[in-house]
Amino acid sequence: MEKRRRSTSSSSSSSSSKKHDGEGDVHSHHILHRPTSPLLCVIVFAALIRYLVSLHPYSGAADPPMYGDYEAQRHWMEITLNLPAKDWYRNTTSNDLTYWGLDYPPLTAYQSYVHAQFLKFFDPESVALVTSRGHESPLGKFLMRLTVLSSDLVIFFPAALWFVLAYYGGRSRVRREELLWHLSLVLLNPGLILIDHGHFQYNCISLGLTVAAVAAIFVEKDLVGSFLFCLALNHKQMSAYYAPAFFSHLLGKCFKHQNPILKVTKLGLVVLGTFLLIWWPYVYPLKGAMEVLRRLAPFERGIYEDYVANFWCATSILIKWKRLYSMQLLKLLSFSMTLLSILPSIIQQIRSPSRQGFLFAMLNSSLSFYLFSFQVHEKSILLPLLPASLLALDEPLMFQWFMNYALFSMFPLLRRDQLLIPYVALYMLFALLYYCPFRKQDSSGNGSVNGWKASAMTLFLLCSLLLHLIYLTFKPPEKYPFLFEAMIMLLCFSQFVFLAIYSNMKQWKLPSRFGWIDKKKVL
Amino acid sequence: MEPQIKEEEQEEERPNPQKLLWMFTLATIMKLLLIPSYHSTDFEVHRHWLALTSSLPLHQWYSDSTSQWTLDYPPFFAYFERLLALFAPFIDPQIAHLHNGLNYAAPTALLFQRLTVIASDLCLLYACFRLRTRPGVGLDSWRADLIWVLLVFSPGLLIVDHVHFQYNGFLIGWLLVSVSAVEEGRDLVGGFVFAVLLCFKHLFAVAAPVYFVYLLRHYCWRRSGGGVVEGFGRLLKMGFVVGVVFGVAFGPFLYYGQVLAIINELFEPFWGLCHAYWAPNFWVFYIILDKVLAVLLTKLGFTIPASSASFTGGLVGESSSFAVLPKITPLVTFLLVLCAMSPCLIKIWREPRPRLITRWVAYAYTCGFLFGWHVHEKASLHFVIPLAIVATESLADARHYFLLSIVSCYSLFPLLFEAKEYPIKVLLLLLYSLLMWSGFTQQLRKLQTSTSSAKKGDKGRSRKGTGGTKVEGGGTLIGWVGMSYLLGLLVVEIWGQFLQPYLLGDRWIIKCP
Repeated sequence: MEKRRRSTSSSSSSSSSKKHDGEGDVHSHHILHRPTSPLLCVIVFAALIRYLVSLHPYSGAADPPMYGDYEAQRHWMEITLNLPAKDWYRNTTSNDLTYWGLDYPPLTAYQSYVHAQFLKFFDPESVALVTSRGHESPLGKFLMRLTVLSSDLVIFFPAALWFVLAYYGGRSRVRREELLWHLSLVLLNPGLILIDHGHFQYNCISLGLTVAAVAAIFVEKDLVGSFLFCLALNHKQMSAYYAPAFFSHLLGKCFKHQNPILKVTKLGLVVLGTFLLIWWPYVYPLKGAMEVLRRLAPFERGIYEDYVANFWCATSILIKWKRLYSMQLLKLLSFSMTLLSILPSIIQQIRSPSRQGFLFAMLNSSLSFYLFSFQVHEKSILLPLLPASLLALDEPLMFQWFMNYALFSMFPLLRRDQLLIPYVALYMLFALLYYCPFRKQDSSGNGSVNGWKASAMTLFLLCSLLLHLIYLTFKPPEKYPFLFEAMIMLLCFSQFVFLAIYSNMKQWKLPSRFGWIDKKKVL
Repeated sequence: MEPQIKEEEQEEERPNPQKLLWMFTLATIMKLLLIPSYHSTDFEVHRHWLALTSSLPLHQWYSDSTSQWTLDYPPFFAYFERLLALFAPFIDPQIAHLHNGLNYAAPTALLFQRLTVIASDLCLLYACFRLRTRPGVGLDSWRADLIWVLLVFSPGLLIVDHVHFQYNGFLIGWLLVSVSAVEEGRDLVGGFVFAVLLCFKHLFAVAAPVYFVYLLRHYCWRRSGGGVVEGFGRLLKMGFVVGVVFGVAFGPFLYYGQVLAIINELFEPFWGLCHAYWAPNFWVFYIILDKVLAVLLTKLGFTIPASSASFTGGLVGESSSFAVLPKITPLVTFLLVLCAMSPCLIKIWREPRPRLITRWVAYAYTCGFLFGWHVHEKASLHFVIPLAIVATESLADARHYFLLSIVSCYSLFPLLFEAKEYPIKVLLLLLYSLLMWSGFTQQLRKLQTSTSSAKKGDKGRSRKGTGGTKVEGGGTLIGWVGMSYLLGLLVVEIWGQFLQPYLLGDRWIIKCP
C-alpha cells in the first residue's frame, strides 16, 4: 500500500536528515518520532473494507424457516436478553433448543446479552421473545452488522497490533514497512472478513482473544496469555484446536524455568479460575454444567457436514464412514488420528519452545483438527488460517498458498450466501496486498520458488481457477448433484495435506536452541 | 535505518505505472463492494436513458416522454448510453426495455449499471496514467504517487459515482486528459478533448472562457513569432477541430431538426437559483440575508410581502421570490461568474503559461460553483479533482487542497442520508484525510531535505526546516484557523447527527428504507 512506501521514505528521510544534523536540532526528533498516520490508514482501510462487505447479504437472508447463522446469533440475543442465565442452555417453553439452541460456551452467551442490550435500545422488536423469530429488517441488519464491526474493532484490531509489536519487538531491524505489511495481511484476512462480516459470525472475538494470548506469551506474560486463551476457549469451543499448541509451548517454557512446578501450578490456577468465573451460573448444581457441556459437543450431527475438505469427507468417496461404522468407533478413530497427527508438533514445542515454533505448532495442531477431528465445518479453516497469517512474514509463500485454497474451500458456502462479489473483491484485495509494489522485497528470496515446485503450484492454481468458473457456469449432472463441490473439496484437501506435511517439517527443522531463530531472522 | 539512505537515492526514479494500476485496482475493489449500497434517482435516470437510446430512433431521443427523466445531457452522452445499452441484454434484457424497465432496480440491473460506472472510470485511470509525464513536475516518482493517491481515492468521486450513482469519474477523466494535454503544450489535442467533454456534459462549459482565452493567446496568437496570417490559420484549425466535434455530436440531430429540442432539454432542468440540496455557495448567504432582513424589517414595522418561499423544501422547482432583496435572474448569475473569472482571464491574456492551466480551469469552476445558477453540490468535484494535480507543487497548495477536499467531501454528506451509508462516508473521508496527511507531511519532509541539501541561502533553509518540523506536530499543514474550521465541522456533524435528535427527540431514529 502507498502508506507503506511513505513509511520507508519517512524513515529514510529521517535518516538523511541525520546526515545534516549539524544544521540544528530541529531534525533530531524526526528520528525518534515515527509517523502514525500510515498505521492509521491501514486500520481505517481495514475497518472500511469490513463495513463494505457487511452491506452484502448474510447467511440465510430471506430463507425461512431456519434462515442461517445470522438468525442463530440474533436468536441467541433474544434468548439471553429475555431469559435467566440458568435457562439459556435448557429446553423450556420459551427456549426451543431445536430452533438454533445455544451451542457455544457461556462467553458467547454473555456477548449476545451485551449486544442484545444494544439492539433493544434501537430496535426492541428485533429481540422480542419468540415473536422476533426470523426477524429481518434493514435496521436490524444494520445494527447486527455494527455489533460485529465493533467487536472486531475492539478485540481483533488491538490484538493484531499487539501481536505485531510483540513479535517484532525483539527484532529491531525488521523494517517498519514490513511490519505494516504484516499487520495489513493479518487485518485484511479475506477469509475472516467474509465469514464474520459477510456470512455473519463473531470469529473475530475468539480469534482476536487467541492472537492477544499469543502476543501476551511473546512478551513473557504467560499468565495473561493463558487467561486470554481461556476466554477464547469460552467464546468458541473450536479454539480448542489451538489448545495442544498452547499447552505444549507453555509446558516447554515451564520446563526451562528454574521452578517448573510453581509455574505450572500458577498457570493451572489461572486456567481454573477463569473457567470458574465464566461458568459461575452453571457450576452449582453440577447438572447445569453438564447440560451446557452436552450442548457444546453435538456428536449427533455426524462426523462431517456438507463438503468440508478434510480427511473424513475426502475419503468418504471410497469408504462410506457414516454407514459402515458406529458413532462410537468413529469418535475414537477421529480422536486418535487427530492426536497422532498433532503429536510431533507437541513434542517439538515441549522440547524446545520458541516463538516461531509456537506459531507453527498452532498451525499444525489446528490443521490436524481440521483434517481429522469429528464434526468439522468449512468455516473451521479460519482457525489454521490465523496462525498462517501470523507467520506471513516468515512464510509468505505458504500463507499465500494456504489462503488460495482456504478461500476456495469456502467458495460453495459463500456462493450460497450470495457473497460472490465480496468473495471476488477480497480475493483480489489479498492478491494486491501480497504483490504490493510499494514493498521493497528482499532479494534473499523468501517468497519465490522455482523449478517443478513453481510449475506444480501454478498448475493447481489453474485447476482452482477452472473449477471456480465451472462451478459458476455449469449445472452439475443430474446423477451427481454435488459433483463440483466434491471436486473442489478434493483439490483443497490435497493442498491442505501438502501444507500440513510442509509446516510440520518446517517446525521440526526449526533450530532447537532457544532464541537463535530471532537472530537468524535479522538476515 | 542507515542502509536506507541508498534506497532513497534509488527511489528518485521515474513514476511507476504499476503502482498506479495497483492503487486503481484497490479503489476498484472498494467500488465493487459498494455495489449493493444506496443509489439515488439518478440510477433510474441513467437506466431509462439506456432504454431510451437503445429502443428509440435517434430523432426521438430528445422528444420522448415515456418517463419523467427525459434525456438532458448532450448527444455524446446519449451515444455513450447507447453503447452501454449494447451490453445490457447479456445480463438482463429488461434493463434496457423502454416500458417494462421503468423503475427496474433488480440486482442484475444494479450490478450492470454499477459495473458500467466502474468500467467507465478507466477514463480516469488513463488520465492519471498520462500525468506520469507531466513536464517539469511529473518526473518524480513520489510526487506522481501522491497525485495518484489523491485522484484515485477521492472520497467525493466514490460517494457521488459509486454510491449516489453518476459518471463523474468518466467525465472528469476527459477533463484531466484535456488539461494535461494543454499543459504539455499540445493545445490542439487539449481543445479537441475539451470540446468532446462539452458534448458529454454541458455543465463543464463553465471553464470555456478560460479555454477560449488561453487557446486564443497561446495557440493562435502567440507572442513570440507568428504573424497575423499564421495566427488566423491556427484559429481556423482549432475552429475546424472543435466544429467537427460539435458536428459529429449535433449533426445527426440537426439533420432531423431536433437541435431546438436538445437545447430545450439541456437547459430545461435549470429552474431555480438553488438546487434541491443547496450547494454551499454565495446564494446561500444571499437567501439567509434576505430572511434576516425580512424579519428585522417586519419587527421595525414595515410590511413585508409574506413570501411563501421555502428554500429548504428540497424541491427542484421555480425559485421563490425574495422578500426584500432583488430577484436574481440567470443573467445576473452569469455576469457575476464572468466578473469573478475576469482577473484570471486577464492574467491568461497577458501571459498564457501552460503550467498554470490546471489552476485556471479549477478557478473557473470555482467561480461557477460560487455564483452560478442552479448549482449542484456535486459540482464541487469539478474543481477539487483538478486541484489534486497541483496540490503537490508547494506547501501552500498542499495546505489549500487538504482543507478544500475535506470540506468539499463533507458538503456531499447529505447526499447519503440513510444510516446504512453513514459509516461509509465517514470512513471514506477519514481514510482520505489520513492519506493526505501522511502524504503531504512526507512530501514536506522531502522538500525540506532537498532544499537543505541544495544549500540555497541559510535563512530560507532554516525557515523551511522549522516549517517542516511543525508539520509533524500538526502546525503547518493546517493552521489553527483551518483546524478550528475542521473541528467546527466535526461539532456540526456530531450535533446534527447525534446530539440534536437525542436532546430534542425522545429517541434516536435510525433512517432505514
